[in-house]
Amino acid sequence: MQALFGQLLIGLINGAFYAMLSLGLAVIFGLLNIINFTHGAQYMMGAFVAWFLLTKLSIGYWWALLLAPIVVGALGVVIERTMLARLYKLDHLYGLLLTFGLALVIQGLFRNEFGSSGLPYQIPSELTGGINLGFMFLPVYRAWVIVASLIVCLSTWYVIERTKLGSYLRAATENPALVQAFGINVPRMVTLTFGFGVALAALAGVMAAPIYQVNPLMGADIIIVVFAVVVIGGMGSIMGSILTGFGLGVVEGLTKYFYPEASNTVIFVVMVIVLMFRPAGLFGKER
Amino acid sequence: MNALKRNLLALAIAGTFAAGAAHAQISDNVIKIGVLSDMSSLYTDLAGAGSVVAAKMAVEDSGIEKRGIKVEIVSADHQNKADVGSAIARQWYDTDKVDVIVDVPNSGVALAVSQITKDKGKVFLAVGPGSSDLTGKSCSPNTVHWAYDTWMLANGTGTAITKQGGDTWFFITADYAFGQALERDTTAAIQKAGGKVLGGVRAPINNQDFSSFLLQAQASKAKVIGLANAGGDTTNSIKQAAEFGIVKGGQSLAGLLVFLTDIHALGLNTAQGLIFTETFYWDMNDQTRAFSNRFAPKDKGIHPTMVHAGVYASVLHYLKAVEALKSDDGTKVVAKMKEMPTDDPLFGKGTIRVDGRKIHPAYLVEVKKPAESKGAWDYYKIRATIPADQAFRPLADGGCPLVK
Repeated sequence: MQALFGQLLIGLINGAFYAMLSLGLAVIFGLLNIINFTHGAQYMMGAFVAWFLLTKLSIGYWWALLLAPIVVGALGVVIERTMLARLYKLDHLYGLLLTFGLALVIQGLFRNEFGSSGLPYQIPSELTGGINLGFMFLPVYRAWVIVASLIVCLSTWYVIERTKLGSYLRAATENPALVQAFGINVPRMVTLTFGFGVALAALAGVMAAPIYQVNPLMGADIIIVVFAVVVIGGMGSIMGSILTGFGLGVVEGLTKYFYPEASNTVIFVVMVIVLMFRPAGLFGKER
Repeated sequence: MNALKRNLLALAIAGTFAAGAAHAQISDNVIKIGVLSDMSSLYTDLAGAGSVVAAKMAVEDSGIEKRGIKVEIVSADHQNKADVGSAIARQWYDTDKVDVIVDVPNSGVALAVSQITKDKGKVFLAVGPGSSDLTGKSCSPNTVHWAYDTWMLANGTGTAITKQGGDTWFFITADYAFGQALERDTTAAIQKAGGKVLGGVRAPINNQDFSSFLLQAQASKAKVIGLANAGGDTTNSIKQAAEFGIVKGGQSLAGLLVFLTDIHALGLNTAQGLIFTETFYWDMNDQTRAFSNRFAPKDKGIHPTMVHAGVYASVLHYLKAVEALKSDDGTKVVAKMKEMPTDDPLFGKGTIRVDGRKIHPAYLVEVKKPAESKGAWDYYKIRATIPADQAFRPLADGGCPLVK
């Protein structure tokens, strides 16, 4: 029984990463209708920027939490302006192909430069150590991840669903021409939203750096799972992706306990079942 | 990527036909070496491009081309998939006139390639894969296994740690041929040394988060947690074990297959004190240092692992056998390789047994503390040398049908 509590908590922590990553994807898909396959690569770049800041410029973790999302988000803006903006009138598939290709290129370049073993990144000294909860040993850093991710996820949800800015964004998705007619610069808003989604991926990357190796392939390993999370949650549903992220983290954690051999497939099994009964996902609306 | 490789391959083949010199016994007048490795995933740094570099250096150092025998090297990425690896091996042997395949990290792929090589009567120099089955029940008259295997790792690390008092074990095992073989061989070594295995968990290959598994290992109360995995899986589990206070809690970690590149990736802060078995370290003597100094600049500064060293030494010995035999007939060359004693600057003098196992000493190493290291790549202290005649599984125990 004690072991079970431990696994539940571990599941929630992994779910925190799934939630943050799928949130960025959901924001980008929900508001721009782009399936952003570079998301994994941008997560990886976030971790690399943190590593670069620390080893080359001696700038620590806390600044990296702020700077890496800005740097990677800015790169995202460049990608959106120079490439994605040309594809808005075309089918979703073109955006998917472009971002998928970009992801392969970015990953290939990083692998060529840095190899595949990864680079070390230590846990910041303020967050080392752990707490004995009785049923498990909880590293302080993991506790921080779960709290930080919840704050980020819920504030994003609040901004989009409950504020005026969010209502402009949602309106611009429904009818860009009309919103533009009210004097709102829709293309700029779209660009910034994409940048924000990308920044979320980079933020998750910085938070992952001390736990996993800073590795060119870290994004490729996680992105497929995250896509499954988004599909299960319902493409574009903000709260759906947050809840599904945490929920599937728990499901995966439990599988790692009861039947570890299946732990890398269980999410896809869930996806198949959900799609059979609710093709729009658990929280999605049929269009 | 693949299209590019195919084009390069096509060019290489065209070159072969254009060359056209006459060496009666060597098929199509050229020895063609195929380096089949992991070029894009978790084993890239410990094998990958470095294995191609090592093979090229072996060809250069053999001086064989100066004596009029042409050698070509091609390479491909097996993506850690047995079906992809098999398809490349078949294409190489059937249409591209490859004479010998070398490296193939990933035992699953290697077992498939070994079978194909046997069917085609070619040569397989297995360096990257670990499964001791390659010279055991799945042994082949066409396969030579260089550098290391799971029995040797298990025997070196498992026996040493159990005898030092680490007599209860829990395994975190990569769930494929290699991990399973490693767990099986280590379990045997532990039990022989008087220890006990309390349990284990099979994790999928290329797993990111090991915390669930580490928690189970913690709960088992075993004194030693054996990591029967490799590459990125090993580094991630060691890193996260530190986070979960495994070592501080009194349990110790045994990396069963750890490469120099893994230690480089982890950094000494995380990796210090780790004990494991290797068969090669670049900083052992003048010859290994000289090799390393030539190798590193060609492979992005990476210092050679035992896989890179094994690729170099095995290709060197293969070429010697071809020259001695004046033929590149696969089955005959392997027989010749077994007949000739081996001698190379990296592993010293050695032999190849009838089951295909290359015999040389192994070393129990400990990772230095940050204060003891003079800088990047200065990572190991050699704690013990396991002599060649004890390092590998006794010939009679492997169940290889070639042993009579």
